[in-house]
Amino acid sequence: MELTIISGKGGTGKTTVAVALADLNRNAVKADCDVDAPNLYLYYKGDDIRREPFSGLKQAIVNEALCTDCGVCESVCRFDAIAGHTIDPLACEGCGACALACPQKAISMVPQHDADVIMTKTDAGMLSRADMAVGSEGSGKLITLLRKNAREVAESGQWIIADGSPGVGCAVISSITAADLILIVTEPTLSGLADFKRVIELSEHFGIPAAVCVNKFDLNADVAEQIRSYSKEHGVPVIGEIPFDETVPRSINELKPVTQYEGSAAGDAIRLLWQKLNALTESIMHKNDAEKGAS
Amino acid sequence: MNVCILSGKGGTGKTTVSVNLAVLLKTDYIDCDVEEPNGFLFLGPEHVTKENVPVDYPVFDKTKCTLCGNCASACEFHALANTKKSILLFPELCHGCHACELVCAPEAIGYRQRMVGVVEHGEAKGVRCARGVLNIGENMAVPVIRRLLGSLAPAKHRILDCAPGTSCNVTTTLKHADAAVVITEPTVFGLHDMSLAVELLQKRNIPFGVVINKSGGTDRLIEHYCLAHSIPLFGRIPFSRTAAQAYSRGELIGELPEMKSAFEQIARNMKEAFAWN
Repeated sequence: MELTIISGKGGTGKTTVAVALADLNRNAVKADCDVDAPNLYLYYKGDDIRREPFSGLKQAIVNEALCTDCGVCESVCRFDAIAGHTIDPLACEGCGACALACPQKAISMVPQHDADVIMTKTDAGMLSRADMAVGSEGSGKLITLLRKNAREVAESGQWIIADGSPGVGCAVISSITAADLILIVTEPTLSGLADFKRVIELSEHFGIPAAVCVNKFDLNADVAEQIRSYSKEHGVPVIGEIPFDETVPRSINELKPVTQYEGSAAGDAIRLLWQKLNALTESIMHKNDAEKGAS
Repeated sequence: MNVCILSGKGGTGKTTVSVNLAVLLKTDYIDCDVEEPNGFLFLGPEHVTKENVPVDYPVFDKTKCTLCGNCASACEFHALANTKKSILLFPELCHGCHACELVCAPEAIGYRQRMVGVVEHGEAKGVRCARGVLNIGENMAVPVIRRLLGSLAPAKHRILDCAPGTSCNVTTTLKHADAAVVITEPTVFGLHDMSLAVELLQKRNIPFGVVINKSGGTDRLIEHYCLAHSIPLFGRIPFSRTAAQAYSRGELIGELPEMKSAFEQIARNMKEAFAWN
């Protein structure tokens, strides 16, 4: 069972929920797929048992000794990344058109060291993660690799809990394609709702089953109700409602799952979420098995 | 002057600070978080014009194509595959770079356009605003951001509301930045992700300051960091349930009596630090 947690809007509580669910499911393999702003790994201590360099996209590099300043490279670049014959590394998408067009063969495409891909053995199971250089490209490809590594160390029947990133673009698409279930953590604000609708549309676009958890559900009753009714219209179950709880920021600063705080209302709500999640995933796995059997 | 608002971590209040500062300072507001653009919810612009954002993709003239496969080998994005019966295109992977055309000896490749998003312009509360919106199911936000930033009317000052994170969506926007403000929250997460944004800004030599949102009085984590790295703290926005509720309804919290002075202070410090007049 591979579960990916996403939200659309940032800061709705993806990592808080992910780490609490992992606490209730000690055996789970974890994947920190928010490679841009990874926070899940902060909760865990352990040994990095594997660390490998990762290269996303290449970058064009000009050999000054061969360049005749003819301007062909600038004319073929579709990304305004070349001025004169100087490459702007921020704008270069690594397509290689300039290298193909250069009559002097003065441009080469050089792989960049964008990240380290890491497998960490923690007290609470395996954690697949990346240490990405800021301003790097190719995070979609990197996320695909993190999920592949998590699947490799997961034993049969073991859960994978992947903490995703905000948005609906390449990073999110890479973290949800072919997942068994996505859990959308949203909040009852107009921003949260607008982004939530976009994420539901995304899950429908790729045909991935989804469930919803409303965090801080008591912040705005009207918008919370809009989330419930939108979910219902789209046949997506709301399986968790977490109240506003001061313990949550405290748990973040103490880097402990909120489920470990006795009497925490958020912790209790996540325990309930975990039960419903189990019931839901069992029915999904049954369906998957039945489909496999049929084919 | 273009001031980029970024954060590293999502949900720290980039849009809240951006829209409130834009209204307070009467600057243009540009929502560059095209995956989840929310600024218009707070500004409610009128007379919104829309323009589609195209990306080129190759089409193959089967009478000329020899199935040599040079195009597929040249494509760094693996958007083309040679099946020996035809060249297969995965459109969502195609960046529209035209590298395939450059290596096609029989000149069998032409181009069409598909739409990956929209750019919108409008006006609200005396503020000109613009945003990009990425179509659902599309991978690449960069073409939408690039088109958005290329479509702007001349302006003295602009607030650019960035995407979370530190990768291509943010760096594309930062190309247009004269200065930046990092919005953070006083948690371990806020600090961790803010330090990534700081690293990016320092790498690019962009002057910046910090705003602490959801401040609870104990902001030592962030204060220590700023002090140790000589980063100016422009101000703090106190945590308030009233403000959180106003935000949830899409209201401008800078107009709340208890918030007014906080935003004014941020604006003042920002203008002074960036020599903005």
